[in-house]
Amino acid sequence: MEHIAIIGNGISGITAARHIRKLSHKKITVISSETDYFFSRTALMYVYMGHMKFKHTQPYEDWFWEKNNIALKNGFVTQIDTSQKTLVFSDGEQLEFDKLIIATGSKPNKFGWPGQDLKGVVSLYHKQDLDAIETFAPNNSVCKHAVIVGGGLIGVELAEMFHSRHIPVTFLVREQSYWNAILPSGESQMITNEIRKNGINLRLESNLKHINADANGRVKSIVIAETGEEIDCDIVGLTAGVSPNIGFLESSGIETNRGVLVDRNLQTNIKDIYAIGDCAEQRNAVEGRRPIEAVWYTGRIMGETVAQTICKKETQYTPGHWFNSAKFFDIEYQTYGWVNSEQHLKPNEAHFHWMHPDHNKCLTIAFDKTTQKFLGINTFGIRMRHEVFNRWLDQNQSIDYVLEHLQIAHFDPEFYTTYYHDVLKKFNSEHNRNLKLKKKSWSQIFTLKS
Amino acid sequence: MKTLRTLGLGLILAVSGLFISLLFMGQYTLSSATFENFITQNNITSSVFIKDLEQSVVDKEFSTPFYLANTIAEAVESANTYHKANKEWAQVIWTKPHSLAYQMVKSSGTGIVVQNKRRLWFLSFGLGILGALLFMLPALNLKGPPGIKNNHIFHSSATNRGWIAWLVFTFLILFYLVLYFRPSYMVNWIYLVDPISESLSGNPASQWFLYGFLYCVIMTVMAVRMYIKYRHNKYQTLRTTSVLFFQIVFAFLIPEILVRFEKPWYDFKNAFPLDYDFFFRWNLNELLDSGGFGLFILVWGIALTLVIVPVMVYFFGKRWYCSWVCGCGGLAETLGDPYRQLSSKSLLSWKVERWLVHGVLVFALLMTGLTLYGYFAGTYEVLGIKVQTLQDVYGFLIGSIFAGVIGTGFYPIFGNRVWCRFGCPLAAYMGVIQRFKSRFRITTNGGQCISCGNCSTYCEQGIDVRAYAQKGENIVRASCVGCGVCSAVCPRGVLKLENGPEEGRIGSSNILLGNEMNLMDQLQDK
Repeated sequence: MEHIAIIGNGISGITAARHIRKLSHKKITVISSETDYFFSRTALMYVYMGHMKFKHTQPYEDWFWEKNNIALKNGFVTQIDTSQKTLVFSDGEQLEFDKLIIATGSKPNKFGWPGQDLKGVVSLYHKQDLDAIETFAPNNSVCKHAVIVGGGLIGVELAEMFHSRHIPVTFLVREQSYWNAILPSGESQMITNEIRKNGINLRLESNLKHINADANGRVKSIVIAETGEEIDCDIVGLTAGVSPNIGFLESSGIETNRGVLVDRNLQTNIKDIYAIGDCAEQRNAVEGRRPIEAVWYTGRIMGETVAQTICKKETQYTPGHWFNSAKFFDIEYQTYGWVNSEQHLKPNEAHFHWMHPDHNKCLTIAFDKTTQKFLGINTFGIRMRHEVFNRWLDQNQSIDYVLEHLQIAHFDPEFYTTYYHDVLKKFNSEHNRNLKLKKKSWSQIFTLKS
Repeated sequence: MKTLRTLGLGLILAVSGLFISLLFMGQYTLSSATFENFITQNNITSSVFIKDLEQSVVDKEFSTPFYLANTIAEAVESANTYHKANKEWAQVIWTKPHSLAYQMVKSSGTGIVVQNKRRLWFLSFGLGILGALLFMLPALNLKGPPGIKNNHIFHSSATNRGWIAWLVFTFLILFYLVLYFRPSYMVNWIYLVDPISESLSGNPASQWFLYGFLYCVIMTVMAVRMYIKYRHNKYQTLRTTSVLFFQIVFAFLIPEILVRFEKPWYDFKNAFPLDYDFFFRWNLNELLDSGGFGLFILVWGIALTLVIVPVMVYFFGKRWYCSWVCGCGGLAETLGDPYRQLSSKSLLSWKVERWLVHGVLVFALLMTGLTLYGYFAGTYEVLGIKVQTLQDVYGFLIGSIFAGVIGTGFYPIFGNRVWCRFGCPLAAYMGVIQRFKSRFRITTNGGQCISCGNCSTYCEQGIDVRAYAQKGENIVRASCVGCGVCSAVCPRGVLKLENGPEEGRIGSSNILLGNEMNLMDQLQDK
């Protein structure tokens, strides 16, 4: 029986294992040195905040794996012998495979800051990070101050976590406004305000110079590069992005760049060895997407795709239109298609922006100046229907069409106030138009299904 | 703000102390006049019983209701044993010993509690409400801006099965046991609500009036908590208002006012088979004896179960009842909200749930079937089974123990919907309709799910919502009561409760999950 070894029990590896099991009776071994069972790392913050227990982050009960004949192995792979098709573990143990899937995910970036490996320097990615945060920041008497470095999505999550235990937070962000390399300025400003409204000391245009240690080798303070200012703290969170976790592949002969290089079928340069998820790098980026995407759902899609390739027939990774979501304190964010920040605006990309008077909801629609084609939408504080936007992007709808049909894409809970009349009013006055909002219709919402 | 909260907590603790000490206050004397009056009114002919009590309790003063109640109950039992042994059936007392004891104790109270009903009501209920509000209102400020604030729920011993939870559990269990089986022990609490009862129905309060009143008070106070917690969420605030309205108006005020006009006590929203004694002989007789109005109730009750409930479930799902109208649901969604995360999500629980809840439904239907057969055939025994015995077993096991003691008592341990999930026969009936013939579903938003598990954690019905959401599948489970909290706690905007066309109701966003390229394969495979 063919033996499929999977290194990594995150969303990518586990999805691959589940789908291989659905499609075949092959022998499957999932290897991890992080945890015995699959958990959702997206929920680590909720464990620290007390919304959940760690077991709630595990989508499958412990009996699931044995019942589905998926072997789980706790171990750390140090070497891959590609010619002998053998894995070597840190304890010297070996495991033979017929096909191998590398799904080792990411590791947090560290940019060589002095003191970056001190005790009390943490990130938020692995289960071990959660344990470390619990150790160094159990409450605000042990941890009197926290510093977070790096203004991405994880940084805000970490800020919210410390905030939940009433630990004062200083949040160093390189940019002039939070996440403004990704978000258009109106939105970036709104989230900047939201972070500050929650009592986080957000320091813009600030970089970390170094981290100071106390006599026990624990974090004592940090120094800001721009001002030379020293800030006392008991924990430092490094959240300046992630990069593929592929150090152990160095001498394996598997071709890497920043990530493991794969073709559209997710196969590496070596036959029968595949890479999926955060650690995979597309040799040629899929249309409209980056070569490496450390996003939950792309890991899941790659897991399904590789299972098809291994069990049925060569299948290309086809993630479809870009979408994503996040939450910044109390403001939810969704995006469908591409809306670029001012810094990265595409030629011909124009924006229509609407902001609620309370500055806690807004949306931005990107469209082509010449053809009026709809390119993408960002919404904050308003939920939108994925399937509907996916369909409109497929159909190359115009911004007029999208605006008139926003009611159909509405996904907020029942009885919520909708703002689409205001949105259209603003668009009409800015563009001297007379668009009218169409009524919600079930048949239009669900055309995909019927 | 924190001071207010502490003050509120202090008041709550003080009032709890007062409530408990109230049980031991006052004096009790069953005067000979009251006793004789009672004997005549209730047609008690047992000389053994009368003589026994005349010697042991009549005109004697007791300092707690417990001893008096037990003596009376024992007297009933020993008199009955004697009469049954001698086959003196006419002298047997058929009223349950502790019901009879309660009625006697209720009319024997004297002293501090009976003389200060209104003042003590204010000190207990009044200050208790004030304390609870003082404790909760600062959350508006302390817990930050509107939004989901579930911080520290699993760090708190009250909401994570710690010692506070076990304390509350013990208190609730004892409360329900006393309420159902030893009402005379809480007679002092009942005195406090006499004035309110008298102003509504004209009668002094019974233990059921106390329970109804307490139910409304607790729901109202905890609804305030819901309004604060979900002030950003209109679905939650509206349905909270709805359950509160139906509890206070339909379950509490209207029935009491009906009694004032000498009509049968009836809760118009309480549908059979949750209202399991609707077809009992005594109820049918009472309705038929109450003229046109009784007949109206009879027709309404039947139409409610056979027409209104299924039609509404078809259009809106069972949530229209469970989360918008029902009293049990109302308590679960207010008092029970802090405990929703404790429901078990294991596959084993789901299996147990399906056997139990449908088992209770079958039991209720069988019992009712035999009852009706007996009623129309004019017999008390069907297929060799005494209908009364069957009703008593159901009333004891399901009506009291399951719905009350376990249903509410277990809130702090097994979550707030134990009864609704495992026991309610009406929920089982609506669940079948919801699963197979309804427009209601929880729509999963394409591929946005990140499997974080907030939805599953906070599902009070123990549905593993995430298992569906991460597959891009809609949720159409029979047990879903449509509370909407999965949608509220989702950080990525993935879930939406909605009523839509039946076609494609379960859906599956395969395309959005990356199966796009295999559509043709899938077609060929099938």
